[in-house]
Amino acid sequence: MSNISFNKFYKKFNILSISLIIISLVFLIFKGLNYGVDFKGGTLIELRTNDKTNNISMIRDSFNQMNLGDVSVKKFGNETDFIVKFEKQNSNDPEFIKNIQNKLSSSIGNFDFRRVENVGPKVSSELLKSGIIAISLSLAAMLLYIWIRFEWQFSLGAILAIFHDVIITLGIFSIFSLEINLSIVAAVLTIVGYSMNDTVVIFDRVRENLRKYSDIKIYELTNISINETLSRTIITSITTLLALLSIYLFGGEILKGFSLAMILGVIFGTYSSIYIANPILVALNVSHRTIVKEEKN
Amino acid sequence: MLYFSKLRIISVIIFTIIFSYFALSNFTKLDDNFFSKNINLGLDLQGGSYLLLEIDNKPVITQRLQAKIIELKRYFKEKEISLKNFSLNGETISFEVKEKDYEKVSKLLSDKESDINQYYQSYKSHEFDVIENNKLFNLNYSRYGLVLLKNASLDQAIEIVRRRVDEVGTNEPNILKRGNDRILVELPGLDDPNRIKSLLGKTANLTFQFISQNSEESFGTEKLSFEDGSREAIVSKRIILSGDNLVDAKPTMNSQTNETVVSFSLDRVGAKKFGKATSTGVGKQLAIILDGKIISAPSVREPIIGGSGQISGDFTFQSATDLALLLRSGALPAPLNIIEERTVGPDLGQDSIDAGILSLIIGFLLVIIFMIYKYKAFGLIANLALITNLFLLIGILTLFEATLTLPGIAGIILTVGMAVDANVLIFERIKEETKSEKNPIIAFDAGYTKSRTTILDANITTLIAAFILFFMGSGPVKGFSVTLGVGIITTLFSVYFIARLLTSLYVVKNKEKEQLL
Repeated sequence: MSNISFNKFYKKFNILSISLIIISLVFLIFKGLNYGVDFKGGTLIELRTNDKTNNISMIRDSFNQMNLGDVSVKKFGNETDFIVKFEKQNSNDPEFIKNIQNKLSSSIGNFDFRRVENVGPKVSSELLKSGIIAISLSLAAMLLYIWIRFEWQFSLGAILAIFHDVIITLGIFSIFSLEINLSIVAAVLTIVGYSMNDTVVIFDRVRENLRKYSDIKIYELTNISINETLSRTIITSITTLLALLSIYLFGGEILKGFSLAMILGVIFGTYSSIYIANPILVALNVSHRTIVKEEKN
Repeated sequence: MLYFSKLRIISVIIFTIIFSYFALSNFTKLDDNFFSKNINLGLDLQGGSYLLLEIDNKPVITQRLQAKIIELKRYFKEKEISLKNFSLNGETISFEVKEKDYEKVSKLLSDKESDINQYYQSYKSHEFDVIENNKLFNLNYSRYGLVLLKNASLDQAIEIVRRRVDEVGTNEPNILKRGNDRILVELPGLDDPNRIKSLLGKTANLTFQFISQNSEESFGTEKLSFEDGSREAIVSKRIILSGDNLVDAKPTMNSQTNETVVSFSLDRVGAKKFGKATSTGVGKQLAIILDGKIISAPSVREPIIGGSGQISGDFTFQSATDLALLLRSGALPAPLNIIEERTVGPDLGQDSIDAGILSLIIGFLLVIIFMIYKYKAFGLIANLALITNLFLLIGILTLFEATLTLPGIAGIILTVGMAVDANVLIFERIKEETKSEKNPIIAFDAGYTKSRTTILDANITTLIAAFILFFMGSGPVKGFSVTLGVGIITTLFSVYFIARLLTSLYVVKNKEKEQLL
């Protein structure tokens, strides 16, 4: 078993975490998130050209001539693949996409629309709303579950750890202007589940040890528990990260954002179950008596 | 106890074999229907179109309210009550009554047996909410009245949408109600949804009206433009014939003009009406109007009494085919708007499948290699459990014919990564136990027992996330929640039945060895 003094760095890492959270919140509030068409509405076209001489600016120019509002064009993996996004959605014109195809064929020659996503303003605001509800609901459900299973001090620690992970992951998405779409919501929910899972494993051990040793202070006890579960924490993070890395590298462009969010979430989730969840137990001065008292009730 | 009864071992093996069989049946082509179940591929993997249509009920509501006013007038006239100052303001009908009739009218409108304002026993509500203000009555659709109206128009619209989609002949379209004003249309394998979109975007209200010579007709007139936008014409509001009377329509070639036309035939009532109108209107121009635009306005040369006719109007064969299709399938009760569209081309779908399978294989191999490196023989056991887990997961998805999406594949890969967690928890616990307990059998047993609550806790939290995602998520993301959720169940099974069985066999056989784990 390892014997690392994690508890010596509680303060330092707490300061780091708080700074990261503040930076993330500042970015989230002032810069905001880069919503994709799912949540902002508009049109996304994945386009493959047959002509290698077509470059981003040529494609942007041709789209700009069509009065589609703000147009953004990006390379998408391949040399000949592009993602084009613009504000306008088809509203009531069923010929909308067809017209774009017609106009485009005169300017850039042979091409293929591999994917078209077109989301109206009503649907996008509904999707955003249901995404927010889903994330809030899952946080509430986790809180409820852990509240039933553990003492309130543990619940607080676990929930703060999850908030920490979600805020920092979203913060990174804001800082680097990475796109938030439906699959990112799925990633955030999975992060919530994973972070909780990781925290629960350590907490279960803390509680077990609290029962066993009535004379060891919580500061020491959390450190023992972290060390006892450390190899599991590391092995599980590694296997999960290996799987996620494989999705990130080989799973295609569409899953890139999702797997990146998950990778970040797993890293921060592992970190927070050690450095957020445990210091909170210390701060709340959890002891042998907390457990015994609760169990008598 | 590290003891398994024979019955338990056999049932675990049978169970595993059955689901593995289902999993493998995805890759074989069997003729037998029951055993050759397949996972459904989501639209993002097989390619296809997802369209969400919203029905615009405003015109329907206005129409109904106008009809209601006529009904109210007639009804109270029969009862010899005179109403005045009828008006329609937005979605409110208002009228005034004389002092002496006030109570009578009020009773007629709010009685549960009312003939004019129907009462729905099941909703405890009338069709209309009545607000009385002195002598003034205001009628509004009640919440349930509106719901019923919307449901009725949605039912009607969905029928028409189904007919139109079927006529185009795509394979296995999926047409579903969403709420009370939306229709979801899924068209698997459809590469180019443009044609269907333009067919669904048309209400297809067809009418025949005479072009008016003088603007003082008794029915009133309206100014309409031609389909091609070239000119306008004044048209009488009197409707000679509408699309309802059509029984068939098809594109044909007019042998005299060598033009593509749409020929139609009418039902008995329609034929009679048409015959009558055309015999009195010889020499006049008859406008053929679709959705408020004039397609063409030929002159009536002779009475048309056979109950069939032709529509001309610069058609290509394709546009004539489409118009005929629209006329055959009937008019929508209200316009439909496409509020969400997601289309994936078949080659992108195939690329996604390839990338998904590649990353699954690589992720799987990485995890397997890591586990053997870390736990040697027990790593092998964990890996066997992992492989069974994968077969069970795919087998269950196949058995229930679940829909596999690209995020769903990501969910499977993630399951592979997280599934070893339970075995790792157990193995690490066993390692700890062997320090204080010399008898390996007792130590292994304790490892399993003591880690159980942790494993349950940890998996329930992920299961909660998957559940919420399943109920809140849509489309591809839902597919992720399915594989993640089912993955947790199969993980627990493979850990507690497969891995535990193998571990106990191994431990009992090698109990004399030092340092088993």
